Amino acid sequence: MTTTHEVRSQVAVTTTGSPLLSVRGLSVSYAPPKKAASLGTGAALSEADLDVRAGEVVGIVGETGSGKTTLARATVGLVRPVAGSIGFAGEDVGSLRGRALRAFRRSGQVQLVFQDPLRSLDPDLTVADVVREPLDIARTLDRRERDERVDDSLRLVGLDPVAVRGRLPRELSGGQRQRVSIARAISTRPRLLFCDEPVSALDVSNRNLVLNLLDRLRTELGLAVIIIAHDLSSLAGIADRVAVFYRGRIVEQGPIRAVLEQPAHPYTALLAASAPSVERRADEADRLRPEQLQPAAAGRAWPSDGVCVFAQRCPFAHDACTDQPALVPVPHDTGRQAACHVAATWRDRLDHDHEQPTRESA
Amino acid sequence: MSSLPDPRAERTLEVSGLQVSVGDHLVAVQDVSFSIGRGESVGLVGESGSGKTLTCRAVLGLLPASGAIDHGRITLGDGADEVELTALRRSAWDRVRGLRLGAVFQDPASYLNPSLTVGHQLAEQLRVKRRLSRKDAHHRSVELFAEVGLRDPDAVFHQYPHQLSGGMLQRVLIAIAVSCEPELLIADEATTALDVVIQAEILALLRRLRETHGLSLLLVTHDLAVVAETCERILVMYGGQIVESGPTEQVLRNPQHPYTQALMGVATIGDWQRRTLDVIPGQPPAAGEEMPGCRFAPRCVFASDRCTTGPVDLTDLGQDRAARCVLVEQPTAQAPTKKVSA
Repeated sequence: MTTTHEVRSQVAVTTTGSPLLSVRGLSVSYAPPKKAASLGTGAALSEADLDVRAGEVVGIVGETGSGKTTLARATVGLVRPVAGSIGFAGEDVGSLRGRALRAFRRSGQVQLVFQDPLRSLDPDLTVADVVREPLDIARTLDRRERDERVDDSLRLVGLDPVAVRGRLPRELSGGQRQRVSIARAISTRPRLLFCDEPVSALDVSNRNLVLNLLDRLRTELGLAVIIIAHDLSSLAGIADRVAVFYRGRIVEQGPIRAVLEQPAHPYTALLAASAPSVERRADEADRLRPEQLQPAAAGRAWPSDGVCVFAQRCPFAHDACTDQPALVPVPHDTGRQAACHVAATWRDRLDHDHEQPTRESA
Repeated sequence: MSSLPDPRAERTLEVSGLQVSVGDHLVAVQDVSFSIGRGESVGLVGESGSGKTLTCRAVLGLLPASGAIDHGRITLGDGADEVELTALRRSAWDRVRGLRLGAVFQDPASYLNPSLTVGHQLAEQLRVKRRLSRKDAHHRSVELFAEVGLRDPDAVFHQYPHQLSGGMLQRVLIAIAVSCEPELLIADEATTALDVVIQAEILALLRRLRETHGLSLLLVTHDLAVVAETCERILVMYGGQIVESGPTEQVLRNPQHPYTQALMGVATIGDWQRRTLDVIPGQPPAAGEEMPGCRFAPRCVFASDRCTTGPVDLTDLGQDRAARCVLVEQPTAQAPTKKVSA
């Protein structure tokens, strides 16, 4: 077990060691195409590339329907990819079928935590039952070991096993419930924890409690953690890297600080500019405003196929954008990738005198 | 609030000494007083269970069946238009709600009829409340849809709720809420479920409607940052009471109540350098939980015996500010500045 400090310095380097999760060219479609050549209209995820290492927290942001949850579902083997691979600890779990897929799912190496524990926890099961269930399914421990593991897991998330073991989900506060669902997720000692909006339903103080807990678990258990969020700012204090999703594509990824402070993709810039802030007054002048990042008029009609996913809403879109750009490294910036033809130049074209918001888009 | 509103300003809403109980005489909101001037935007901030939603439901006359106003006055309008809302009967409510009071809530889809087009639902409001003809109502509906920033309003008129995104539905609800030119719009967590880009757009829309219609706004939210961006004045609620109030900028620059300070500590999360995020230890009191003194005392790092001996009143600090804390009572005492962290 490494110390917190060592894990962080490893994270800072991020180039050493092979990733625990390595997603390559992953495409998922909910309405499979008839011809293998196109993805059809149900494409939920297109050509996603993502690496996650042990001890790392990776954030995923994007609006509703941008493919965040689809990536989670594909990684735990709930949906079958159309193309691409999902490498987990050296094995392609995307190609697992039948008995092998079931064995992988039941092993509990990858676990999910959901947004609303009141809806995702069985209301008739006690906390102990809820936490033990994945162990009963994995069948790797005997009865006594399972009981011990349940108590261990509850202690790890900061709950007193004696006090909460026999309670029902509705008898707990929102923050406690979310901690129970995390205890359930870590009871099988997974290597990767996929948290789907774990704090969106929580109050601010409970939100920070849960985020701190996830940060602690990744060091104590050497977990890789992926946190899905719908805004960048709630990842700022916790994630090492972030991947920004838009309409089923990763449009930018890189270290959180770089992505937040110097977004390379106009959509990331719009996300960062739109986030409300309590402490905004000091750097007001340097900050981009959402109006600067929205197209001035209704814009041109883009073809439906092959066009950049963000072109419709992008003020910098031009002829080249009829071809979806690939996710490529950002020049002069290590560890950053962006899928934008004008990633290096759009800042120069910003309209700094743009005082009045001309339009709001629906 | 103890400070009086500017006598020159027209008053839209005045709430004084409001107490709301739920269930078996559990006092969930107590001693809540505030006023909203014409065109003013006021943010009501608090965690879940702080009583912010019950307060705004009381103003709307939409308390849950188990809830009741024990005492207090809620007055809408000024001078000749003044209406005492707590005394209204049901038929009189129909001439206030929708016409003089508009409201939008967190989940727009659940406030619209899924089997009717959104245009139909807006036009119906105009025909019933405004007595417009079918043709005029249609025409005005399309105008309103354009005004709230819906692209292609003619097409939107004929669409069903399921065909629109969450952000578009919230615009539809805002169009319905402002269709009869209300004096006050209450937005209860209206942007909470939306992604940040859409949230910023909806907040910009609310700002614009205030400017163009002279609309007053009561924004109820758990997100301090949303209030910081949108509201001129802020009311911080905790455990059913207002614990601090004042102009947003001053309150956030120099919060007087330890809870406001703690809330700011946990809200300023957008700092990539911070590894350990602030938390407020403990849990807020349950609704109706009886406590002799300050309701925040069990979680407060500055708490002393003085805090729990008797009720703590809201202290007028001048310049339209007030705080409910024993530490602010002495004019010479320095405001507590220590950061709460865990």
